[in-house]
Amino acid sequence: MTENTFWLKKIEISVSEAEKRTGRNAVNMQETYTAYLIETRSVEHTDGQSVLTDSLWRRYSEFELLRNYLLVYYPHVVVPPLPEKRAEFVWHKLSADNMDPDFVERRRIGLENFLLRVASHPILCRDKIFYLFLTQEGNWKETVNETGFQLKADSRLKALNATFRVKNPDKRFTELKHYSDELQSVISHLLRVRARVADRLYGVYKVHGNYGRVFSEWSAIEKEMGDGLQSAGHHMDVYASSIDDILEDEEHYADQLKEYLFYAEALRAVCRKHELMQYDLETAAQDLASKKQQCEELATGTVRTFSLKGMTTKLFGQETAEQREARIKVLEEQINEGEQQLKSKNLEGREFVKNAWADIERFKEQKNQDLKEALISYAIMQISMCKKGIQVWTNAKECFSKM
Amino acid sequence: MDGERASEARSAELAGESPRGGAAGPGGSGSSSLLQADVLDLDEDEDDLEVFSKDASLMDMSSFSPMMPTSPLSMINQIKFEDEPDLKDLFITVDEPESHVTTIETFITYRIVTKTSRGEFDSSEFEVRRRYQDFLWLKGKLEEAYPTLIIPPLPEKFIVKGMVERFNDDFIETRRKALHKFLNRIADHPTLTFNEDFKVFLTAQAWELSSHKKQGPGLLSRMGQTVRAVASSMRGVKNRPEEFMEMNNFIEMFSQKINLIDKISQRIYKEEREYFDEMKEYGPIHILWSASEEDLVDTLKGVASCIDRCCKATEKRMTGLSEALLPVIHEYVLYSEMLMGVMKRRDQIQAELDSKVEALTNKKADAGLLTEEIGKLEDKVECANNALKADWERWKQNMQNDIKSAFTDTAEENIHYYEQRADGFPWNWSNV
Repeated sequence: MTENTFWLKKIEISVSEAEKRTGRNAVNMQETYTAYLIETRSVEHTDGQSVLTDSLWRRYSEFELLRNYLLVYYPHVVVPPLPEKRAEFVWHKLSADNMDPDFVERRRIGLENFLLRVASHPILCRDKIFYLFLTQEGNWKETVNETGFQLKADSRLKALNATFRVKNPDKRFTELKHYSDELQSVISHLLRVRARVADRLYGVYKVHGNYGRVFSEWSAIEKEMGDGLQSAGHHMDVYASSIDDILEDEEHYADQLKEYLFYAEALRAVCRKHELMQYDLETAAQDLASKKQQCEELATGTVRTFSLKGMTTKLFGQETAEQREARIKVLEEQINEGEQQLKSKNLEGREFVKNAWADIERFKEQKNQDLKEALISYAIMQISMCKKGIQVWTNAKECFSKM
Repeated sequence: MDGERASEARSAELAGESPRGGAAGPGGSGSSSLLQADVLDLDEDEDDLEVFSKDASLMDMSSFSPMMPTSPLSMINQIKFEDEPDLKDLFITVDEPESHVTTIETFITYRIVTKTSRGEFDSSEFEVRRRYQDFLWLKGKLEEAYPTLIIPPLPEKFIVKGMVERFNDDFIETRRKALHKFLNRIADHPTLTFNEDFKVFLTAQAWELSSHKKQGPGLLSRMGQTVRAVASSMRGVKNRPEEFMEMNNFIEMFSQKINLIDKISQRIYKEEREYFDEMKEYGPIHILWSASEEDLVDTLKGVASCIDRCCKATEKRMTGLSEALLPVIHEYVLYSEMLMGVMKRRDQIQAELDSKVEALTNKKADAGLLTEEIGKLEDKVECANNALKADWERWKQNMQNDIKSAFTDTAEENIHYYEQRADGFPWNWSNV
């Protein structure tokens, strides 16, 4: 099945399991890591039945490799982010340990989400390396590295340089960069405070659990109040333990926000690429302009700009007419080349802007829908928490009033 | 002197006859309610429950406001007893704390307003100012006069930890409420309410009170008594009757549990406060975010307003906790200490008797004189035990009602809290 026909059938991708493994790493040292089972099913149109077509194990570092590859080959795409490498924005109960089962579970869901996003992206889903990621267990890493994508990657330094020196970037990209900075800042802040709120809420609920124990002990010495105290105590225990589920659900909400926190970085990557291309263009144009000027000066004999050649000529004697002709010719060739290059760079740049902006619009739609859904589901979670609270305290009140 | 005789008469009534209904002494409500205590059978006699729960409700702060109608009779009508004909005839409020600064010290006085229809009071309305020291004096006098009655506790002298300024507003308000409760509990107590020192406390002007205070036994003699008391109470423990052993066990367990509950409740308050502080920061972030998201403005503002509602509800819950639950639990923590003191005093009285009996057996002194003393002491022990037994039942009943009320109210507050929070969610979001 070629990669083209593969996508004609509707496919389901799931990261269904996580397993702890030990192995030897690159420097031949023993290490423990988690491997994730990826299962791909194709769904028959007619009866909706799904058939397992592929299943293989991958670890987090392989996901990272895939993403880095996509970043290089599709710089105009807002590439979906991976779930976090290490647990951040933890509140006290959550372990920051990568081996913690809750963390692994949430990561499993995050990785599945990543694959689904790539598979549903109109451009990325056609990529061969992505197809192989899902279907070819062995040798996949070598295949990716053979593409030489690492060499094609823009250096960080180059990108930074471009950011500072570019003169006329597309205004929309500048705005987008500001937006992504704001998005990142506000979501980080929100997640930090949410974690603290969760911590406090946990405290309130759990302390009530102590009532349960003390009421139960107290009921032993009371005749009339005993039963009421005992059963009220039980409800206090129920109340205290209800917070665990509530906060676990909230953690999923936090993960949804985190995805968009990381998406901000993906947006910035696209902006950086634009800046690089624009800077490249500007440099090439500048280069061309100065060569043209040089040519003109040589041709007319006026020297407007300082040149070393000019100085040496002055010191060591005038150059011959032939020498000048030769130089002009070389320059004219370079200018021709330069103009071709500038033309193609311009074209490239416009293509990039067009494609990038199309994907950014797609991304915006997706973001608005996802965030709205997430916020609403958060509100629903809160209501469900309130309902549970009302239930428990109504029961407790009944017990108290019977004392 | 008057007070003492009245209390002895009360004790006699408890020990012997139990004339139902008819009020023998001054203050009809006093005698019948105490007598009912003797024959308490909760399941059958709903009226008894009514009496005590009304007692509890009378101690509820909300039923007393500084704006009280001037006529005692109109006030009696205000407090409705459905099928209970007994009437309360002594109404006390504690309010208006005022700071006084002298060269030596700074202290707070509280205004005590008393309204009564009792004959033995010269007037129907009194207003005096008292400071904490005066309350301490009153408590001391009551403990002296009724060593085996359960005297209501006073709020602590001062709270050592976390007090930067001894007289901050919260501290004063908490103390004021506790002092109000203290006086009302005395007023509701069938025996203590007729104590003479109590009457002086409520009615005398400042200089009158000072001179009255000087009359009692001196400080030194009282201290001497305390030393002897501690030594002899040890002996009293050995011969403690069975029912008092049970009582003591209960007191010990109760003290342990109520202290734990006090700690737990304080901790819950603290956690809620911290939760509230974090929530206050949480809401505005959503508003900030909405500034950069055109399409999510409504949703984000909706979430922000929900969080805001939650904050308000949490604040209300904290207030509820600090008014309905914390003071009640804390009072019973102090009560449990008080009860241990009462047990000690009972043991001490018994020890006095036991030592004389021992002396008689060992023929240490004149047998005739001893026998007479022993007779008196036996009476004393019997009175003390009976007084304690009766008061114990009354106290237990009150305790159950108070605890029940406090926790029921707390549960109610919590239900309201969650209802308010759920209510805040904008189901009418137009984009939903």
